[in-house]
Amino acid sequence: MIAAILSLTLLGAALGIILGVANKFLQVEGNPLVDELIAMMPGSNCGQCGFPGCSGAAAAIADGTAAPTCCPPGGKSLATAIAAKLGLTVDLSAMSDDGPKIAMVSEELCIGCCRCSKVCPTDAIIGAAKQVHNVFREACTGCSSCIEKCPTEALVMKPVPVTLQHWVMPKPAAA
Amino acid sequence: MSEFLLLLLSTALVNNVVLIKFLGLCPVMGVSKSVDSAFGMGLATTFVITLAAGASWMLDNWMLQPLGLGYLRILTFILVIAAVVQFTEMFIKKSSPGLYQSLGIYLPLITTNCAVLGVALLNVEQKFSLFKSLLYGFGSALGFTIVLLIFAGLRERIALARVPAAFAGAPISFVTISLLALAFMGFSGLNV
Repeated sequence: MIAAILSLTLLGAALGIILGVANKFLQVEGNPLVDELIAMMPGSNCGQCGFPGCSGAAAAIADGTAAPTCCPPGGKSLATAIAAKLGLTVDLSAMSDDGPKIAMVSEELCIGCCRCSKVCPTDAIIGAAKQVHNVFREACTGCSSCIEKCPTEALVMKPVPVTLQHWVMPKPAAA
Repeated sequence: MSEFLLLLLSTALVNNVVLIKFLGLCPVMGVSKSVDSAFGMGLATTFVITLAAGASWMLDNWMLQPLGLGYLRILTFILVIAAVVQFTEMFIKKSSPGLYQSLGIYLPLITTNCAVLGVALLNVEQKFSLFKSLLYGFGSALGFTIVLLIFAGLRERIALARVPAAFAGAPISFVTISLLALAFMGFSGLNV
């Protein structure tokens, strides 16, 4: 009993020390900038930028091989934030960004086939089979991967509706 | 000398760890899509199996058996194997980031590759000496790598071939590897 406890403890401690020392010598420094960019991105890995996911896009933006404007769901706000972080100037005129959009279900067209909810990277679409689906506004990142899956074109991208939670008083017109 | 050569031949070909003993099938099906990553996986597994066979022999003969702790064998071996795999992972991450990317999740999964634990336990069962158990581990890993490479080559050809829709993907891979297993049964005629 004592021998078993002691031997396993010693073995574990010895292996732990060896791994700790090895970790010190074999440390690989990741790029901290890439990690910060990943934290800024939508994180739904929708793939619209053409990279395998948000981490791929962040690495490409950090090397300078991709423009900060490459993320469609992020839109203008993400592009300006990344440009400010990297000290770049971006040409926003090429981005056709008319405000953030999210997916909406037209209830009269939805047949409840569930194809959209299977592709949603953020699980923002609810609804059982043969029941009308709906989109969680808070969860939808506007990646629009569900749009092309819908057989009845019931899913459309619409500007984020104004609700009590994020209505702001319009600025007064300049005199 | 010929005894050692025969041991190597018998573990690598006649008693092949994948096709005759059916150990370590997960990486064989998982990492055999391209020859390059199969080769990397084979090398990593070879390193782990050989090192784990030696380390587990030492622990078993110098610690577990003198203290009468045979019942802790699986626990101890898993601990050692996990540590060796961690070390291998750090080493590959440092030395070859490309290989690290292509192996992906399968690299930490070497820990649960039953071929590694299987070889360590079979060593104990057969009461080999230290050198022989190292050789046994290396031979088994060599057999694993050979099968992985042959199978990856076959799958690269299959990816270009016209496969009937019902067999496309995993089914044709299973048919292929079972044919490969039948072919490897021919080595049992070597009588070593």
